[in-house]
Amino acid sequence: MVPLSWYLGLSALLFTIGAMGVFIKRNTITIFLCIELMLNGVNLTLVALSGFFGDVSGQLFVFMVIAVAAAEAAVGLAIIISIFRNRESLNVDDADTLKL
Amino acid sequence: MEKALFIIIAVIAVAAALNVLIQRNPLYSALSLIGTMAALSVLYVMLRAQFIAAVQIVVYAGAILVLFIFVIMLLNAPKQQLQIDKQKGLRYLAIPLAGLLLAEAFYVVWRVQDIAMPVVKEGEEAVGTTWSVGVALFTHYLLPFQVAGVLLLMALIGAVVLARREGDK
Repeated sequence: MVPLSWYLGLSALLFTIGAMGVFIKRNTITIFLCIELMLNGVNLTLVALSGFFGDVSGQLFVFMVIAVAAAEAAVGLAIIISIFRNRESLNVDDADTLKL
Repeated sequence: MEKALFIIIAVIAVAAALNVLIQRNPLYSALSLIGTMAALSVLYVMLRAQFIAAVQIVVYAGAILVLFIFVIMLLNAPKQQLQIDKQKGLRYLAIPLAGLLLAEAFYVVWRVQDIAMPVVKEGEEAVGTTWSVGVALFTHYLLPFQVAGVLLLMALIGAVVLARREGDK
C-alpha cells in the first residue's frame, strides 16, 4: 500500500516545478501551462486526502477546480490572443504598460 | 507491487513536468503537460477516484490542453528567443527559492501522520464512483454546482468579447 505522504510529496514536487516555471519562463503561454501544473499538484493532494479519509468532498472540490481551470484557460487565452494582436509578441516583459 | 507502480508513474509525471520547463517551443511544453495529466489520472485510479480520473483525461487533456494547442497554432508566433531583458537576477533566484518552497512542503509532509486507506466497500457505495460523486454533487453541493455553471457561461461570454477583433459586428 502506498503511504499518504508519498502522494503529498509528489504533489508538492509538481507544485514546486510549476512555481519555478512561472519564475524562469518568459513565454506567456508556457507560464499559463505552469499554472495548470500547479493546479494539478493541488488536485493530487485533494484526491489523496479524499481517498485516505474516505470522504467524497475532496473529489467534488477537485471537480470545481477543474471547472474553474477550464473557465480560466478560456479567458486567459483570449487575453493572450488580444495582447498578441496589439504587441506582436508573447514575451511577458512586453506587456508592461501598467508598470510604473 | 503498488509502490513500484507508484514510483514509475511518479517518475513519468515529474519528468514530463520538468520537460514543460525545458522545452523552448510552447507546443512541446503543452504536449508534455498531457503526459503529466495522464500520469496523474493513473494515480487517481490508484486512489480509487475513478470519476475524477476520467474527468481529468476528458476535460484537462481533452479540452483545456487542446484549447492551448489550438491557440499556440493560431498565433504561430515567430520562434524568437525569449531572453529575459529585465531583472535577470530573478532567474538565478528562482531555483534556490523553489528549493526552499520544496523543503517547506516536504517538512509538512514529513510531519503528516500516515494513516491507512479505508477498506473498500464493494459495489456502488464506495467513495469515488460516479454514483457517490453524483449523489453528493446534486444534494449537498447543488449550489456550488450551479454557480460553476454560471461561471462557465461568464467565461464563455468573456472569452468571445476579449478575443473579438475591434470593429467586428
